[in-house]
Amino acid sequence: MRHVLSVLVENEPGVLSRVSGLFSGRGFNVESLNVASTLDPEISRMTITTVGDDFIVEQIIKQLRKLVTVIKVVDLTSLSAVEREMLMIKVSADDSHRDEVMRIVDIFRCKVVDVSPADITIEATGTYEKLQAMLSLLAKFGVRDMARTGVVAMRRSMQPQV
Amino acid sequence: MELTGAGILLEGLKREGVEIIFGYPGGAIIDIYDELSRADLKHILVRHEQSAVHAADGYARASGKVGVCLVTSGPGVTNAVTGIATANADSIPLVVITGQVSSHLIGNDAFQEVDTVGITRPCTKHNYLVRDISSLPAIISQAFYLARSGRPGPVLVDLPKNVIVGKTDCVWPESVQMRSYNPNYIPNVSQLRKVADLLAKAEKPVFLIGGGVILSNAYAELTQLAELTSTPVVSTLMGLGGYPGNGRLWKGMAGMHGEFAANKALTEADFILAVGTRFSDRTTGRLDTFAPDAEIVHIDIDPTSIRKNVQVDVPLVADCRLALKELSVIVRERYGDRDWTGTRLSWNEFLERTRRDCPLRYARTEEIKPQQVMECINRLTGGEAILTTEVGQHQMWAAQFFHCTRPRAFITSGGLGAMGYGLPAAIGAQLASPGKLVIDIAGDGSIQMNIHELATVVQNRLPIKIIIFNNRYLGMVRQWQELFYAKNYSCTDMSAQPDFVKLAEAYGVEGYRASRPEELEATLDRAFKSSGPVLVDVNIRREENVMPMVPSGASLDKVLLAEEQI
Repeated sequence: MRHVLSVLVENEPGVLSRVSGLFSGRGFNVESLNVASTLDPEISRMTITTVGDDFIVEQIIKQLRKLVTVIKVVDLTSLSAVEREMLMIKVSADDSHRDEVMRIVDIFRCKVVDVSPADITIEATGTYEKLQAMLSLLAKFGVRDMARTGVVAMRRSMQPQV
Repeated sequence: MELTGAGILLEGLKREGVEIIFGYPGGAIIDIYDELSRADLKHILVRHEQSAVHAADGYARASGKVGVCLVTSGPGVTNAVTGIATANADSIPLVVITGQVSSHLIGNDAFQEVDTVGITRPCTKHNYLVRDISSLPAIISQAFYLARSGRPGPVLVDLPKNVIVGKTDCVWPESVQMRSYNPNYIPNVSQLRKVADLLAKAEKPVFLIGGGVILSNAYAELTQLAELTSTPVVSTLMGLGGYPGNGRLWKGMAGMHGEFAANKALTEADFILAVGTRFSDRTTGRLDTFAPDAEIVHIDIDPTSIRKNVQVDVPLVADCRLALKELSVIVRERYGDRDWTGTRLSWNEFLERTRRDCPLRYARTEEIKPQQVMECINRLTGGEAILTTEVGQHQMWAAQFFHCTRPRAFITSGGLGAMGYGLPAAIGAQLASPGKLVIDIAGDGSIQMNIHELATVVQNRLPIKIIIFNNRYLGMVRQWQELFYAKNYSCTDMSAQPDFVKLAEAYGVEGYRASRPEELEATLDRAFKSSGPVLVDVNIRREENVMPMVPSGASLDKVLLAEEQI
């Protein structure tokens, strides 16, 4: 199962390699990893998307907590959370099917950020599932290039009562 | 007061109570050595950086204190890596100080530059590259705090040359507090009550103890709980000495080369209290058939050890000593009037019978048997010596036949299995225990990995006894080749070897040889009575195997026995 982990770390040199080295050294999967500083310049937030059964994810969380530079780890998958990812995608779009591509842009409420006679570059924001759905629709036109941020996520303020 | 980086380091070591360090000089740390010559600190000059770390590790294991070593940049660090990984695998508290090229040269492939924090990141508990001399006092304090607290381990501090020679006003932190590191020592009482109830309900309970019992000094509490509840005790390799090897509830070492009865205890148990062990593959054998009927309680200071390999019914993150102590109190409160001896009688008798029927047995021959050597050492020392070992067959014979009666007296590279560990570790252990008999149990292969340390032994007049179990093979690999590779002894014949007696003498160490069983006892006795270092070359039967053996990946009950053990 896919898990989104929100990890607060000390913002210091080498912290990213401690985390990435943990994943590679122990054979854990990383689907995406996003890192930037928080309001407190001494602390960074990493959002890590990983895949594994409960047993493995429990081990990943414990191993992350064991790193001396990791302050806090939250598995957002077990909570109500807002999750977003940004994608930029360059799709082939000559005259013959530019309209069709634009319809998909509208449906998914994306933005066109660059255009040329041969292609369109689209900026899309959404959940992982939404972006996957859009990608599968655009694939048939020919995807020339793609860049995505990986998931960022945040716990919702109001959690459902258990 | 304004101090150089070197001065701050040495003052820091003094503040932490360090009395001895192990090291090897070099360009990047020459300024520390210059300062060291004026400091009140004993330095042991080894002959290879790997030995500096192993010696500090042996010192730490024997004394319970943090071991400290000092090596230079580049090759000094890469040579030290095996030692650091050894300490990391066995959770040994070390502070490793390394030199580094000047900050402005880092990343330029300078002379003797390696990415030390990069290389050692996966084999240290934590590491630091000191970028700014003003942070040095805090980093030194944190390094010692991290090394000795929680699950102990090696912490490395990398010091660029400009930090070593730079000057600053040195301010020591009053205490070490780290928001991202707070190990939990205190056991959860409601979990402990559950454990007490399970232990009381169990008909066939067993305690499985690991290195954590030694590291947390929990042996008295463990022995007390075992005696109180008449529960048999088995151990991993790292746990040897955590319960006396001659104690009434002792059932032997478990695992790949464990005693038949110890493995039987784990397989038949309906309750296992695992204390300070990480359930290594060498202990559990095949996981899906491990302890099939047992409810398992796992006490460990490190949350990652729990449910990493084995699913447990009651997890307990706590200091082993505190948890066992509290558990005894709860058991007394709840089950104080219980006849533990009576209720455990048939289970204990069953295991004792199994142990008698299937003991660690071997047949005597015209040649010296390695087991016989260990028995002889056991007899001559009364189990009172401190043993270090190298890695291989001799290590397993030592574990099986030396009845280690107290903690910190069986010092071995368990997790990493680093050949060459024993001699430098003996140096550290001897320095930690002056006046005690320290014996390195060695193989002819392993001893050659760090034999140059004989010079360190002589230079420091350390009366270490080295017993080489010489079969002119890399014996453990040969054993696997015999059993699982149709006797294809590929590259394990070590017949081309030095005359170890003459080699010892060349270093200034007494050298003896025993080749026939009737020479054995007198030779060892003479060695142990000598006041100086002695190397004894014991020619043992070449193709002797360590038995019993659970093949790698097999269930603990799928055990191979020697003919005479059946």
